[in-house]
Amino acid sequence: MQIHIPDNPQYRELGAYIQDVKHQKGPLIKVLHKAQSIFGYLPREVQYFVARELNITESSVYGVVTFYNFFSTKPKGENEINVCLGTACYVRGADKVLSMLEDELEISNGETTKDNIFSLNTARCFGACGLAPAVMINEEVYGHVDRKKIKKMLSEYRTKEE
Amino acid sequence: MATVPKLDVLICGGASCISNHSHDIKDKIFEELKKNGIEDEVRVIETGCMGPCELGPVMLVYPDKVFYQRLKPSDIETIVSDHFVKGRPVEEKVLVSETTRAIIEKGQQDTDFFKKQTKVVLSNCGRIDPENIEEYISENGYAALGSVLTSSTPDEVVETIKKSGLRGRGGGGFPTGRKWEFVKNTTNDQKYVVCNADEGDPGAFMDRSVLEGDPHCIIEGMSIAAYTVGANKGYVYIRAEYPLAIKRLEHAIEEAREYGFLGENIFETDFSFDLEIRIGAGAFVCGEETALIASIEGERGNPRPRPPFPAISGLWGKPTLLNNVETYANIRHIILKGWEWYASIGTETSKGTKVFALSGKIKNTGLIEVPMGTTLRELIFDIGGGVPDGKKFKAVQLGGPSGGCVPEEYLDTPIDYETLIELGAMMGSGGVIVMDEDTCMVNTARFFLDFTKSESCGKCVPCRVGLVQLHALLDKIVKGNGELEDLDKLEKLCYSVKKTSLCGLGQTAPNPVLSTLRYFKDEYLEHIQDHRCRAKVCTNLVTYTIVEDACRSCGICAKNCPVDCISGEKGVPYVINQDICISCGTCYDVCPFDAITTES
Repeated sequence: MQIHIPDNPQYRELGAYIQDVKHQKGPLIKVLHKAQSIFGYLPREVQYFVARELNITESSVYGVVTFYNFFSTKPKGENEINVCLGTACYVRGADKVLSMLEDELEISNGETTKDNIFSLNTARCFGACGLAPAVMINEEVYGHVDRKKIKKMLSEYRTKEE
Repeated sequence: MATVPKLDVLICGGASCISNHSHDIKDKIFEELKKNGIEDEVRVIETGCMGPCELGPVMLVYPDKVFYQRLKPSDIETIVSDHFVKGRPVEEKVLVSETTRAIIEKGQQDTDFFKKQTKVVLSNCGRIDPENIEEYISENGYAALGSVLTSSTPDEVVETIKKSGLRGRGGGGFPTGRKWEFVKNTTNDQKYVVCNADEGDPGAFMDRSVLEGDPHCIIEGMSIAAYTVGANKGYVYIRAEYPLAIKRLEHAIEEAREYGFLGENIFETDFSFDLEIRIGAGAFVCGEETALIASIEGERGNPRPRPPFPAISGLWGKPTLLNNVETYANIRHIILKGWEWYASIGTETSKGTKVFALSGKIKNTGLIEVPMGTTLRELIFDIGGGVPDGKKFKAVQLGGPSGGCVPEEYLDTPIDYETLIELGAMMGSGGVIVMDEDTCMVNTARFFLDFTKSESCGKCVPCRVGLVQLHALLDKIVKGNGELEDLDKLEKLCYSVKKTSLCGLGQTAPNPVLSTLRYFKDEYLEHIQDHRCRAKVCTNLVTYTIVEDACRSCGICAKNCPVDCISGEKGVPYVINQDICISCGTCYDVCPFDAITTES
C-alpha cells in the first residue's frame, strides 16, 4: 500500500530532525519521541515516514512503537490525565481514584472523552510518593487526591476549555 | 562591588516540593525581597530534594539554620519582614523537635528524622544549587576525578573500589570493583560506560532525587569509571517520566563540557570522555541490563540470555560497564576519603550507606540515607515516625515488584543484601513501602502481579504465560472464588516461573506472592475458607451498611450509587438493598458523615 505523506510544516520539522540525528547510533527511539511531540501520537503514516527517512523497515518501527507504553498510536485528548498506580499510591487508594475518575469522566482507562477534553491513562510511579495518591494532568502533579479534589480539578480544566 | 549576601535561603526543588508549588513560594520570596529592598542581602537558591517530602514545601535559611515547613505563599510576607529583615524566625512555620518541642535552631540534625541518617550519596542534595557547577566544585567537586587522572593507574582505582566493599546499588548487589575489573581486563578498542537511571520500581525515587539534586556527582563517578575501564563514551539511560532529572542532567553535562571536565584531554591528560543522555519510553523491563542496552540501541527492550555478560559484549557488541545511579554517586566519596573510611561503615558483607525512599502508610514520607546494618524498625519507626492515624503496622514492602513483604516480627533485622534475601525480600533499588492493617496482603500480591504481567516483554514463555496464570489465581481468591488447592498451585507455579524465566523480571516476579504466602498465609485462608478480607479491601467480600443513628438523610449516597440500590427520604435513614449492591464502595467514599460501615 502506498502511503501519501503530505508536505506540511509538521513533516518538514520531523524530517529536518531526522537528518540531524540520523548519523548517531540507534536513533529510532529519539526520533519517535520527537515525532510524538510534534504530532501528539504516532499514526501509521508517521511510522511509515520515520521508517522511510531512517531507511529501516516499517515493521521494526511498529515493533518499537508498540513495545513502549510512552508511545501511542491513538490520538489523545487535549489534557492527558495520568493516575499513578505505583505501590505507594496503591497503598493509599489509587485504584479508587482511578474508578472515581472513570465515573466522573464516563470513560474507561485508556479512552478519551467525547468532547476530546480529557484522556485517561495510568502510569507506573512518577516518584511523587510523598503525595500519594497522586494524579498528573499534563505536566502538573496533584497530590492527596480524593473525590472532592477530582471534581475541582476537572472543572478547572473544563472552564479553561470554554 | 557586589554586596555579600547575609542570608542564604535554600528552597527545596525536589519533585515532591515542586508538585506542592515550591516555585510559587520562590516567586513570592523574590517579590517580598524587592518590596523590602533587601534583594542584595539574601541569596535564594533552589536545591535538590532535602528529604522530608511529607513536610513540603520546605525551606532552609542559613546561617541561622532555621528549617521552614509546609509553606504557603501567604506565609512569605511575614517570614521576609520578621525573619529576613528583623532576624526573628516565624515560629509557627518552623520545624520543631519531636521530642523537646523546641524550635530547631542549631540545624536540622536535632530532629529524629535527620538524627539517625548518614548522608554520603545525598550529602550535596538539598544543600547546593544543582544547576550551578561552581557550587559543586566548592564542595570538592571533580577533585576525585582530578586526583585519579593525575595520580592513579586504572589498576589502583579498581583496587580501591574493591577494598571499599561497594556493591551495586541497583538491587543485585554485585561487587562493583570486580565488575570494573572485568571490563578493564577485556581487550577492545571501543568500550562504553552506561548509567542505569531507569528507576522503574514503583515507590522508588532515590535515583531521581540524586539526578535532580546533584547531577555532577554522576558525571564525575562515570568519568572515573570510564578512565578505569578504558572507555571514552558514556550513556545515561533515564526514564521519560523524569523530565526534571533529564533537564538538570543535560544542563550539568553542558556545564561540565564548558569547564573541561568532559571532552578531550581532561585535566590535561590523555583521557577523553563524553556523555550522552538516552531517554526511555516507559518499559519496566528496560531496568534489566540487557534490555536497557537494547533500548539504548533504539530497539525493543527485549532481554537476551547471559552469558555473554555486558562486560564482554554489551552495547553494540562492545565491552560495557553498567552501574546504577547510586553506585556512581558513591565513587567520588570513596576516592576522596579513602576505601578504609567507606569500609568502616556498614556490616560485614554490605559496606557504606543506602538511600531509601519511605512511602506508603508512614508519617514522614521522604528520602533518607542510613548506614547498612540499620534495622528496619529504626528506618520505619525512628526516622519514618511510624504508621499515622493510630493504625497498626502490618508489613513493609522492600525491593519493588521483585521484592517481598516483611512482617512486624522481623523488623529488628539489620538491613543488608543477605539478610533481606533470607527474609524473602531484597534490597532492590531502595523503595520502602509501609502497609498498615487496612492493606490486604492477597490484594497486594495481585497488585504486583498485575504490574509484572503487563510489563513482561513476552519473549520467554514462563514469564509471559506464567505471570498471567499467577494473576488469574490471585484474582480468583480476591474475588472470593478461591479453593484451597489454589494455594498449592500458586506456590508450584511461582517456583517454575522463577527457575525458568530468561531475565530478572520473570525470575523475581513471583517474590511478592511467595513472601505473602510465607508470612500472611492466614489471610489467604480467610479469603478462601471464610470469604473474609480482614482489611476490608477486597470489595466482593465486603458488605456495606448504613448506620441509622449517623445517617442525616442527605441522599448523597443514593445519588452516587451506580446500581441505584440505596433508597430513603428526608428525615428517615437511608437503606442499602444488599441483594442489588455490588460492593463498589462509592457510598462509603462519598458519605460526608461517615455513616456507612464495612463488614467482612
